[in-house]
Amino acid sequence: MLLALGGAAGLSAAERAPVPGADFVSVLPSGTQAPAVHVGSFAMDRQPVTNAQYLAFVLEHPQWRRDRIAKLIADGDYLSHWAAADRLGESVQPDQPVTRVSWFAARAYCEAHGGRLPDWQEWELVAAADEQHADARHDPDWQAKILDWYGRPASEPLANVGLGAANYYGIQDLHGLVWEWVEDFNALIVSGDSREQGDPDRLKFCGAGALSLKDRENYAVLMRIAFLSSLEARSTAHSLGFRCASGRDP
Amino acid sequence: MSKLGKVLQMKNRSVFSSLLVFVALVLGCAASRLAAAKPPEGDLGPPVGPPIHAVLTAPPNVPPPTHRHQPAKVIVELEIRELEKEISQGVRYTFWTFGGTVPGSFIRVRQGDTVEFHLKNHPDNKMPHNIDLHGVIGPGGGAASSFTAPGHESQFTFKALHQGIYVYHCATSPVGMHVGNGMYGLMLVEPPEGLKPVDHEYYVMQGDFYTVGKYREKGAQSFDMQKAIDEKPTYVLFNGSEGSLVGDNALSAKVGERIRLFIGNGGPNMVSSFHVIGEIFDKVWFEGGTRFQENVQTTLIPSGGAVIAEFHTVVPGSFIMVDHSIFRAFNKGALAILKVTGPENKLVYSGKEVDSVYLGDKAENLKVVSQVAASAAQGTLTVEQQVKAGEALFAGTCSVCHQANGQGMEGVFPPLAGSDLLAATPKRAIVIALNGLSGPITVNGKTYNSVMPPMSQLNDDEIANILTFVTHSWGNTGSAAFSAAEVRDARKATARPPGAAD
Repeated sequence: MLLALGGAAGLSAAERAPVPGADFVSVLPSGTQAPAVHVGSFAMDRQPVTNAQYLAFVLEHPQWRRDRIAKLIADGDYLSHWAAADRLGESVQPDQPVTRVSWFAARAYCEAHGGRLPDWQEWELVAAADEQHADARHDPDWQAKILDWYGRPASEPLANVGLGAANYYGIQDLHGLVWEWVEDFNALIVSGDSREQGDPDRLKFCGAGALSLKDRENYAVLMRIAFLSSLEARSTAHSLGFRCASGRDP
Repeated sequence: MSKLGKVLQMKNRSVFSSLLVFVALVLGCAASRLAAAKPPEGDLGPPVGPPIHAVLTAPPNVPPPTHRHQPAKVIVELEIRELEKEISQGVRYTFWTFGGTVPGSFIRVRQGDTVEFHLKNHPDNKMPHNIDLHGVIGPGGGAASSFTAPGHESQFTFKALHQGIYVYHCATSPVGMHVGNGMYGLMLVEPPEGLKPVDHEYYVMQGDFYTVGKYREKGAQSFDMQKAIDEKPTYVLFNGSEGSLVGDNALSAKVGERIRLFIGNGGPNMVSSFHVIGEIFDKVWFEGGTRFQENVQTTLIPSGGAVIAEFHTVVPGSFIMVDHSIFRAFNKGALAILKVTGPENKLVYSGKEVDSVYLGDKAENLKVVSQVAASAAQGTLTVEQQVKAGEALFAGTCSVCHQANGQGMEGVFPPLAGSDLLAATPKRAIVIALNGLSGPITVNGKTYNSVMPPMSQLNDDEIANILTFVTHSWGNTGSAAFSAAEVRDARKATARPPGAAD
């Protein structure tokens, strides 16, 4: 089965782009005096995981079929857009990013493919790039592109993966296609604790907006954090997918 | 879910509920020991009767009064939709809404009600959202318990302890953007005795919007964060769109009716100076509180605040509601209309009786005009009489531009005093007075290029008298006087520009 699906279910390192280590200033506070954190080198999928790839995974690991999965690890909407538990159907494209997958499911997929979910800092580091620059966050065009996507309702059908331009690292579709799971999504609220006037609920309330919008360019990224922090590990959503990463030097 | 699963769940539920009974009993004992603890202020006791599903209405409509005399359990189900709609004619904008409208659905409960609130974030939405109800006492006004991802639903329950009109809004980061995209609405907590019946209740809410494109720039517009931070709105609107309360969508009432407005201001930035042109509020419950002020012209509504305003209609007409920070009304869209139909009441408001420029102490001179009209009718009119009447009329109608001394204003309004154009073609002045004149002309060697509107609202006598005055004043060497017959002929022979009086 795996062979039959060949490249579609591809999982090899070639599908992952190497990301060199870097000192990176995250929108989240570093928790130390230094503004930057060091992110060791790692590799990340060039594209989000597709329906076809995820279907291959489900066929090989039937415990992740929507009719067999425990409600504890995926909510009732898990893969609900597929025609059947083992079939995509007419209205779902093989090359669309897979969505309506829980964090548990995304994690299991990555493990089965010799990887793991990227953590927030890794994701943010790679997503800060545009086609030419490793860090384009101060570029109004970069922001405009992200905000434009926020401004469009999610009711339009999702585009296929791989249509977005490859960024500085050769990685595509970080913006403008789907939200993506990260390994430590659950810590994104907790990290509020490390702030000086730490209120762990800060991201939920008005205060977060005022505090975090000191730098206007932060807010595009901040909305991604807001989205992720609204989730539970069993949650799924129509516009929420994932990609995998692997390796990490110190 | 499998059948077995369902059975198990039901079993669990019954086990759970018996456990609940047990816990309740234990707690009950504990509670009786603590019975001395008073219920909170505003609590009117436990809910009575079966739960009630709240009627939610889209603006400008308000749900009917609860007509209840006991506290109830009220279930509110509010759905969040992210929708592209028209913000102005030909201008699209993606609004984030409570209930599919800006402002969001109107919620009406009674003081003492226990409200079970369901917040549903539609699966087609992209953003997580929550709700902060200003009428709720508790962390975040409910925001702490309602943070909801797309395709999910949150539930929390509160007791409405305070009566009044309260704003609700989304409080998800970045809050300003969620509010700026239209995520606000009003909740009315009726006093226990209810509100006095009126003929109409309407729901109007102001908000400011920030688009990348300029005001009325066509096409799909997106949110502009920098404008929002700078507090420089592109639009200031009532009910989320320039056309929401005008034309066919205008609010309506009849003469002699009482109207209650629930007016909110969602912001995110602007404070509203709310005013209804040509009306006076009988009562305004300012800041949405329990005290009212009477005989109010303009009421200030803070961002994130609301008022209840009542007035009664006396005469018919279109009554325009504005934010009296008036550029917002005429250049940013903050304008709504209440159309009142019914019989005129000339004792209260006459309609237009005189159409003239302010005359100051020259009003007395207008007596001359009527004397002259009488003379003309008797055929005893003299040039002197005409000049005198024309002077009074000129002061009212013409002197604003051409100046009282006929000198005009250099470069803008051509002179009539010593005008070579007038001297050369005196009779052309009749046509100019009737039909106006635009485009370049040369007077006394200077070029003028502006617009004189047609003055055809003046009658033939009046125009003849004015022109006679002009050609006999300021050193103009008078040609013969103008007669009403000449003007009448010119009026017949030429066409008025569109919009001018016949």
